Amino acid sequence: MNEILAQVFQVGFFAAVIRIATPLVFGTLGELFAERAGVLNLGIEGIMMLAAMAGFSTAFFTGSLWLGVLAAMLIGVAAGALMGLLTVSLGLSQHVSGIGLTLLCSGLSFFFYRLIFGQPSSLPKIRPFETLALPWLAGIPVLGPILFNQFALVYLAMAVVPAAAFVLYQTPWGLNLRAVGENPHAAYSAGVSVAAMRYQALLVSGALMGLAGAFLCMAQYNAYTFGVISGRGWVCIALVVFGQWSPWKSAAGAVLFALIDALQLRLQASGAFHLPYQVFLMLPFVLTIVGMALVSRNALAPAALLKPFRKEAR
Amino acid sequence: MTGIRLEPRPQCPWWLNLLLPLAAVGAALVLCSGLVVLAGAEVLGAYSKLFLSSLSTAFNRVETVVKAAPLVFTGLAVTVAFRAKFWNIGAEGQLLAGAMAAAFIGARAGLPAWSLVPLMICGGALAGAAIALVPAVLKTRCKVDDVVTTLLLNFVIFYGMMALLDGPWKDPLSGYPDSPDIRAEAEFPILLRTTRLHLGVLLSALAAAGAWLLLRHTTLGFEIDAVGENPNAARYAGINLAAVTLLTAAVSGALAGLAGVGEVGGIHFQVMAGLSPGYGYTGIVIAMLARLNPIGVVPAALFFAIIITGAEAMSRATGVPVFLADVIQGMALITMLAALMLTQYRIRWNRPAHE
Repeated sequence: MNEILAQVFQVGFFAAVIRIATPLVFGTLGELFAERAGVLNLGIEGIMMLAAMAGFSTAFFTGSLWLGVLAAMLIGVAAGALMGLLTVSLGLSQHVSGIGLTLLCSGLSFFFYRLIFGQPSSLPKIRPFETLALPWLAGIPVLGPILFNQFALVYLAMAVVPAAAFVLYQTPWGLNLRAVGENPHAAYSAGVSVAAMRYQALLVSGALMGLAGAFLCMAQYNAYTFGVISGRGWVCIALVVFGQWSPWKSAAGAVLFALIDALQLRLQASGAFHLPYQVFLMLPFVLTIVGMALVSRNALAPAALLKPFRKEAR
Repeated sequence: MTGIRLEPRPQCPWWLNLLLPLAAVGAALVLCSGLVVLAGAEVLGAYSKLFLSSLSTAFNRVETVVKAAPLVFTGLAVTVAFRAKFWNIGAEGQLLAGAMAAAFIGARAGLPAWSLVPLMICGGALAGAAIALVPAVLKTRCKVDDVVTTLLLNFVIFYGMMALLDGPWKDPLSGYPDSPDIRAEAEFPILLRTTRLHLGVLLSALAAAGAWLLLRHTTLGFEIDAVGENPNAARYAGINLAAVTLLTAAVSGALAGLAGVGEVGGIHFQVMAGLSPGYGYTGIVIAMLARLNPIGVVPAALFFAIIITGAEAMSRATGVPVFLADVIQGMALITMLAALMLTQYRIRWNRPAHE
C-alpha cells in the first residue's frame, strides 16, 4: 500500500491535478456567473461540447491554437445569447431551455464534426499547447513544477478566479449582477436593467464555458472525440452548489474534484485493484453526489435563481 | 401607438394544443434545413428520405413502431415526473438499470420458464424505480437539486454497466463487452409473425393508457399536479409533499426501467454498450412536445422514431450526417418551449382606441 501511495503522490501527480482542474474552474466560474444573475445554465454540457469542436476544428485548419480558443469562446458567447433569448427575453423554463440548449449544441457538435472530418480511419489531431515555464517561479522547489510549469490557459484559470471574485464583489457591475440574482424587483426599482444584466452574465458564462471546452481539446488532449466532455459540464453545476456560489470555494471544489479524478486515474494505471477501469471512472460522479448531499442542507442559492423576471408581475 | 404586447390568456383553446407541437416541429425543420444545405444536399430530397424511408414498406412501418416503444416509455417517465416538477433528467440511467435487471433475470437458469417474462418486467421496473428514488430521497431529505443528481447518476449507471460488461458479464469466449444472452423462454412473445413487434410495444401502449388514468382519475394524479403547480398551496391543502415526490419518482423510474426491459426482452436479448442511443434524453423532448399529456406522448414518440430510423437512410442517400436527427430533437424542444408561450400569452396589437 505504501508503495502505491509513494507512486501516486509525486510532483507529476499534483501537476496533473492542476491540469485536470483547469477546465472545471472555467466551467464552474461560467456557471457561477449565470447563477449569480439568477439563471441556471443547464446548457453548459452542450456549450462545452460545441465550443470544443469549434475550437479544435479552427485550430486544425488555421494551425493557430489561439484562434481556436477565440472560436471556442465566440461559440460559447453565441450559445449564451441564445440562452438569454429563451430564459430572459421569453422568460421560459430555465430547466427545459437549458436541456434543450445542451441537446441542440451537442447535436450540432456531432453534426459539424462529421460534416467537416467525415469518418476518418485515424483520429484527426493537432499539435496541442505546450507547457510554458514561468521564469523564476518555475524554479521554486516542489511548487514551481506543480504550479508554474503549465499551459498558458492554466495560468489564465488561476487569474480568472481572483478576477471573478473581484468583479463580483468589488465592482458596481458585480453588485448589479448579484442584485438581479437576489432581488430583481429591487434592482429594477434602483434603475438596473434586469434583462441586460442577465444577458451580460450569460455571455460571460458562455465565454468561460467555451474556454473549458477549448482547454480539453487543445491542451489536455490533442483531439476532439464525442466523449470529450462526458459529464464535466454537469459536474461544474454540482461544484457551484458545493462551493456555495462563491468563486473561491467553487474553484477549491474544482481542485478537490480534480484531485479525486487524478487519483482514480493513477489507481487505474497502478493495477493494484483488480477491478474494471470503469469502476474508477464512476467514482468521481458518486463522490460528487455525496458531496452535494453533504453541503446542500445549508446551501445559499441566489434567491431569484430559476425565476423569470416580469416587470408587471410580483 | 401601435405595437405588440403579450397579454395573459385565461384559457388555452383546444386546437392550440394540437397546432403548437406541429408548428414547433415545422419551425425546427425549417431552421435545420440550413444544415442540410450546408451539407450539400437538397432540402426536400433529404427530408423526404428522413420521413418516408421509415414508412416506405410494411416492414419498415412495423420497425418504426417497434423503435417507438422505448421512446413512449421514456416520454411517459418524463411526463409523470415533470408534472410534479420533479426534474428527472435521469431516464437514460433508469432505462439502463431496467435493462440490466431484465438481462440478469432473463439469464437465470434456475427459474421456471413461465416466470421469466413477468419477473423481467417487474424486476426492470423495480430497478428503474430504485435508481429514480435516490435523487428523490436526496431532494426530499437533504434538499439536493434533482436536476444535477439525476444527470450525474446517468454517468454512474453507465460506467457501472460498462464495468459489469467488462468484468463479470464479459463474454469469456469472444471477449466482447456484451452480457450473456437471456434464455430463449425469456424472449418476449412476438405479436405479429415475421416482424419484431414484441410484447414490449403492447406494454408501452398500455403504459400510456395507464399513465393517463393515473394522472386524470386518481388521487395521486391530482396530487402530482397540485405539487407541480404550487407546492405551497399543496402543502396547505394537506398533501404530503415528500411522499408525492417519492411516489412520482418511483413511477417515473419504473416507466423508464420498462423501456430498458423491452429493449432487452424484445430486441437485443442482452445488454451492450450501445443499448440506448440517448432514449432517455429524447424522452424529454417527447414529453414536452406532448405538453406533458400521456396520450400525446404516443404520436410524439412515433414522430421521433420515424426521424431516428430515417436518419440512417437519409445519411446513406444524401451524405447529410446522421446527427441531423439529434439537432432536430434539440431544436424542436426549444421551438416547442417558445411556442408554449402562446398558450399562456396572447399576442395583441396595440391600436389607438376608436371609441
